[in-house]
Amino acid sequence: MIRPPFPTCFLQWGIPMRERTSGRTVGGFRNVFLQGPAVTLLLLWMLVPLGMTLWFSFQRYNLINPMISGFAGWDNYTYLLTDPALWTAMGNTLLLVGWVLAISVIGGTLLAVLFQQEFFGRGIARLLVIAPFFVMPTVGALVWKNMLMHPVNGVFAWLSDLLGLPVIDWFSSMPLTSIIIIVAWQWMPFALLILLTAIQSLDDDQVEAARMDGAGPLAIFWFITLPHLKRAISVVIMIEMIFLLTIFAEIFVTTSGGPGLASTNLAYFIYIRALLDFDVGGASAGGVIAIILANIVAIFLIRTVAKNLET
Amino acid sequence: MATLQLNNIVKDFGGTQVIKGVDLEVKDREFVVFVGPSGCGKSTLMRMIAGLESTTSGEIAIDGQRVNEVGPADRGLAMVFQSYALYPHMTVEDNMGFSLRLAKVPRAERREKVLAAARILQLEPLLDRKPRALSGGQRQRVAIGRAIVRNPSIFLFDEPLSNLDAALRVQMRIELARLHEELDATMIYVTHDQIEAMTMADKIVVLQDGVVEQIGSPMELYHHPRNRFVAGFIGSPKMNFLEVEVRGADAEGVDVALPGGDCRVPVAGDGVSAGDTLTLGIRPEHLVLDEAGPLTGRIQVIERLGGVTSLYLEHGDSEWILVADGNVAHRVHDEVRFTFDPACAHLFTADGLALAHLTRHPLADIDRKENRASSASDGR
Repeated sequence: MIRPPFPTCFLQWGIPMRERTSGRTVGGFRNVFLQGPAVTLLLLWMLVPLGMTLWFSFQRYNLINPMISGFAGWDNYTYLLTDPALWTAMGNTLLLVGWVLAISVIGGTLLAVLFQQEFFGRGIARLLVIAPFFVMPTVGALVWKNMLMHPVNGVFAWLSDLLGLPVIDWFSSMPLTSIIIIVAWQWMPFALLILLTAIQSLDDDQVEAARMDGAGPLAIFWFITLPHLKRAISVVIMIEMIFLLTIFAEIFVTTSGGPGLASTNLAYFIYIRALLDFDVGGASAGGVIAIILANIVAIFLIRTVAKNLET
Repeated sequence: MATLQLNNIVKDFGGTQVIKGVDLEVKDREFVVFVGPSGCGKSTLMRMIAGLESTTSGEIAIDGQRVNEVGPADRGLAMVFQSYALYPHMTVEDNMGFSLRLAKVPRAERREKVLAAARILQLEPLLDRKPRALSGGQRQRVAIGRAIVRNPSIFLFDEPLSNLDAALRVQMRIELARLHEELDATMIYVTHDQIEAMTMADKIVVLQDGVVEQIGSPMELYHHPRNRFVAGFIGSPKMNFLEVEVRGADAEGVDVALPGGDCRVPVAGDGVSAGDTLTLGIRPEHLVLDEAGPLTGRIQVIERLGGVTSLYLEHGDSEWILVADGNVAHRVHDEVRFTFDPACAHLFTADGLALAHLTRHPLADIDRKENRASSASDGR
């Protein structure tokens, strides 16, 4: 019913089609028949929810009051776009995506360099550092909520108590920051994984040539490793951004978007509209806005990534 | 510019000795080539000189100063890698000027030095390109340019030509020789290609299993190999070896038995007595087709190269390679007779050491510089 802003269907945008050099013929009836089922299934999968969302966004449709019905025109959209809550949610979405990207990419790069070094127990350490990525978002968020950030039982509270510092009630005093920390914890291993494999493909000779040229560890990182990782970093940013725009579970199990709207992002905002306010029409309009937003981001991003991948 | 001394250098990789005590003296402005089969330790030895690999024991000295503990950047060396190891995201100019940039040389001065190096290598039109837009030979020249810009006391080349095609390799070989003369620098060069070694070196170091087998000028190695390994390694096609029995020996020569009669090889026969078994070594190009020759063989394979023809002969269980004139009309399975000048033959004892020739080959001590145009003009 409500389509998440998940623009996988636009992934091929901006990437120029390549001609086949193998000399094989492309097209013809046989290919249509072979590809038909898969393409049809994908189209249905994508178009039906999208069409329904669009349809509902122009309807008056409330789940608890069947009397509210009929064509709404642009009402759902005007109502939504004039609602300050939408802009708060959008601002929160951008903050969340931006900060998590910054933390996971910078932290992931540094960790990748660290875990590339030889040290005792590196295999186990690598496994452990990647582990958060395999924890379900709900479970991870609950662990953070009840065992780490809890103002009474949490490890952080115990730590600040130990140091004689005031205890922070994370989710009420800095809700968005807390969520950023949790999501960054989950996504840093992903960045690390991709960047670590990229770093392993760095030519040893290049590093040695740089050493002969007089480069210290910092200069090697800055002039050799980082440029080599450029492509992998842009891939990480693209993939993470697609997923971070739709963060939901972490918010749902920790702050429920609160206090007020302090930690409500776009996905959570649509959820509030649809399933707490029972306003399907308004939620659908929010969904359409989210789709448009995600695709604007995706087009720009894929353009830059495609340019990066070419070189 | 610089000299280099290696004193009993040892490299130990977790229990396996890769370099087993190498002594070497490289003189100023000398072109020294390390050759040897794969895995003989020649690249490791070079990397130890460069400082990329630590030295387990022994001493490396540049200009008499011990440098074992000095980092690779501070030894004043520059290295050209087999893979070129250019920085792919930098232009040719930035690649060449990278060391100067790290040394915080002002931009104008940096550009001047890069331009000077580019002029030597004819790289000026390529300065703004990225390495991926260059051909193999151009990349090679950039890698060399990067070394020149550093103005090192010693150049190290690690199989620099092995990624180039045959024609380009010949051209780069000549270019490198020209460069050596122009820069007047000490150069150390690792290769497994003996043609590169023979054509460029003042001094060849033949390595096997981490041990130096022989050090000498190319002609010395060719005419006076110290042992059977060097004799077989230097020269192409490989030297022929035949087990022979000694008929008699004295200080004036050794008489050995050949299938078609005895033959006297003019080597010092001290310590050899009749009845001993020695190995006779004779190069394919020193075997001569001769209807009255003492040796016979049946042709197995003929390789015609135009100028010369290689004949692969079989006689009993011994195999011979014979390099004959390009115009020989023989066919496969023909029976041919051949002979050789005993003065060109070598004799090796059972433990592989060569018996010393009584007369030294006149070209054995030739200076490589006498092969070059520039020294001829100096002499005028």
